[in-house]
Amino acid sequence: MDIIASLGLGFSVALDPINILYCFIGVLLGTLVGCLPGIGPTATIAMLLPITFSLSPAGALIMLAGIYYGAQYGGSTTAILINLPGESSSAVTAIDGYQMAKQGRAGQALATAALGSFFAGTVATLLLAFFAPPLARAALNFGAPEYFALIVLGLLVSIALAHGSILKALGMIVLGLLLGMVGQDIYTGQPRFTFGIRELYSGLNFVSVAVGVFGVAEILRNLEDEKSRDVMVKSVKGLWLSMTDFKRIIAPVLRGTVLGSLLGVLPGGGHILSSFASYSAEKRLSKTPEEFGRGAIEGVAGPESANNAAAQTSFIPLLTLGIPAHPVMALMVGAFILQGITPGPNVINDQPALFWGIIASMWIGNVLLVLLNLPLIGLWVKMLSIPYRALFPAIVLFACIGCFSINQNIYDVYAIGFFGVVGYVLIRFGCEPAPLLLGFVLGPLLEEHLRRAMIISRGDPMVFLERPISATLLGLALLAVIIAVLPGIRQKRKEVFVEED
Amino acid sequence: MKKTAITLAAGALLASMAFAGSAFAQDYPTKPITVVVPFSAGGPTDTVARLVAEVMSQDLGQQVVVQNVGGAGGTLGAGQVAVAQNDGYTLLLHHIGMSTAPTLYRSLPYDPTTDFAPIGLITSVPMTLVARKDFEPNTMAELLDYVKANGEDITYAHAGIGSASQLCGMLFMNAVDAQMTTVPYQGSGPAMTDIIGGQVDLICDQTTNTTSQIQAGEVKAYGVTSPERLGNLPDLATTAEGGLELEIGVWHGLYAPAGTDAAIIERLEAALQVALANETVISRFAELGTVPVTAEEATPAALTETLTSQIELWKGVIEAAGVYAD
Repeated sequence: MDIIASLGLGFSVALDPINILYCFIGVLLGTLVGCLPGIGPTATIAMLLPITFSLSPAGALIMLAGIYYGAQYGGSTTAILINLPGESSSAVTAIDGYQMAKQGRAGQALATAALGSFFAGTVATLLLAFFAPPLARAALNFGAPEYFALIVLGLLVSIALAHGSILKALGMIVLGLLLGMVGQDIYTGQPRFTFGIRELYSGLNFVSVAVGVFGVAEILRNLEDEKSRDVMVKSVKGLWLSMTDFKRIIAPVLRGTVLGSLLGVLPGGGHILSSFASYSAEKRLSKTPEEFGRGAIEGVAGPESANNAAAQTSFIPLLTLGIPAHPVMALMVGAFILQGITPGPNVINDQPALFWGIIASMWIGNVLLVLLNLPLIGLWVKMLSIPYRALFPAIVLFACIGCFSINQNIYDVYAIGFFGVVGYVLIRFGCEPAPLLLGFVLGPLLEEHLRRAMIISRGDPMVFLERPISATLLGLALLAVIIAVLPGIRQKRKEVFVEED
Repeated sequence: MKKTAITLAAGALLASMAFAGSAFAQDYPTKPITVVVPFSAGGPTDTVARLVAEVMSQDLGQQVVVQNVGGAGGTLGAGQVAVAQNDGYTLLLHHIGMSTAPTLYRSLPYDPTTDFAPIGLITSVPMTLVARKDFEPNTMAELLDYVKANGEDITYAHAGIGSASQLCGMLFMNAVDAQMTTVPYQGSGPAMTDIIGGQVDLICDQTTNTTSQIQAGEVKAYGVTSPERLGNLPDLATTAEGGLELEIGVWHGLYAPAGTDAAIIERLEAALQVALANETVISRFAELGTVPVTAEEATPAALTETLTSQIELWKGVIEAAGVYAD
């Protein structure tokens, strides 16, 4: 079928008033759960699965998809306002977004996130409509060696996440790698660092670690400072972007969209890399890298666009091949099956109205989200004027409920407290939590793909160099290291890693 | 004086509790029932649970809520139900892993045979032996020869320690008497991705995950592990037809904590049988490539029988393979 006719069919499904309503309910719910720290899209979709029984297949899937990408919008809100990222992608947004909020520029940060996400969502949806099947095929060329090489590149480039000492940043990444090892080894079944606690077999919960080292640690730090305790942000300098702001975000949004769209297609963890990769790219390309970590608007625009683009394109493997790229997509598989449709390569031909309807609804959902979120900015910023003593206990409470709701695992709640204290100690020592989270997220992936590549190659390390994609990626990683150590570029590097004190 | 009052009060309390107890079994259920699924939402077991729970809710007149308690190969969720109140409001829906856990986990904090009151079997999902589409052998006979000849040069993917695909792989290698290189993944999704992408050779996985890929020609299928051919894959021969002695099904059962009132078990058994005879359940199960068990099998006796014999079977297989999860 011709693409225009297909899209026409899609829009006729998505523009059905009842489906617009489901789409709206989905993105609204997604925004709300994205804002509540801890309760993510996974828990929400799981809770709503039974309700979708009674809906039409298109309505149900449009709503559930809406919850997922809606949560990507909402997740940045708490990251910016109170330094509480709900998932790995918004952890990057918290770095500069929260600094902007502290300077009274929360409105601008939120507007940047919303506009960047909208643009990225639109582009990614078009990409999905035009190139989904070939992109999915291309992504299948990524095996374990390619993912390993990609993550190595990501880790090396992302050292730019730190704005303090490079030694401390490396230390934090290693600590994160170690924390990521907690749990049952997937290859041998051996428990590692679990101390006999069965609840730790599945590893530490990302949300607990993120809420602890970012949110709770920040609360503890604020409590020691008597002066800033009453109201977190005293003055709010306007809400809307100035002309200068617009000029500054255009390029990062474009680059973030491209990076995110491409990485999102990779089912083996590409979407996790997208916001980290975009942040590193922006910092490298910036003329004023010293602003990063101190409220650079580019540090919000790039990662937020990348993250939303990846959220949309991560539907590609699911819709065209029936392969779930991450836990939320696995839930979508469940939703398809409950509706009597087995997701797989045949969905596009057997259920064209459903396939194109979902794609068209994503664009409509992005429009609804931007209409919903821009007016809300004023309201969110007002939230900052809530007295500290009322706001923070509420945040911690919500975070605990949210983390517990995912797996009903009490250790996820203990982890918040533990990592809150760890995070506070790290802040006191001048170490930053972002590289720690990067190591924590990418470490297990790095190990998984390295060991799988070695098992499949039967112990031959040359596999990484014999396969063209992995060899290229590793070459780029080597290049990144060489550039960093070349004497001529030392001067520039000093700018990148300005010492804090 | 005071003592008497306390005794009286205690007596009254006991009496009212006893009364509440009997009335409670008759009126059961008076509040929503939680079915713990020890895996994450959206997976095959979760889907089975949600389809059955929906119809059981209608029959019982109370919501049957599915709660996902994933982790530690299903032993976390099962462990929670083992120590839950045995009032009939917390149940467990678990699959074949119920019978492998006692051998895989040497420090299991519960005993599947004594800590639960079985309610009934639900379904047995068949498995299919599939390979990347450019894998050399074309028929089951060729595959068996190929595996015998090439052994460890063949990569066998599975969905992780204790997963159905790992169990099927052990049985397969026992039957062929050859060792392949096993490549563990975290779940069926990534494993299938690498089969479709041609990164690994072979997997034996539930029809839930393979049917659409077989139909679309994305993978090469050799056989199905059920006694008879499947309705939605009529051209696919059974393993027995292909000359391979390998029969395995991912059987699912419903359990209550041990000591649950017999009247309550009976009520749940009846509701389960109603659900398994339901049109929607039958047709959705068919799309998953499986059928509900008969009413005679959806009984405590049948589930007890299956559980004990499967524990024996897997004890032998797992100990021979020397695979443990702790």
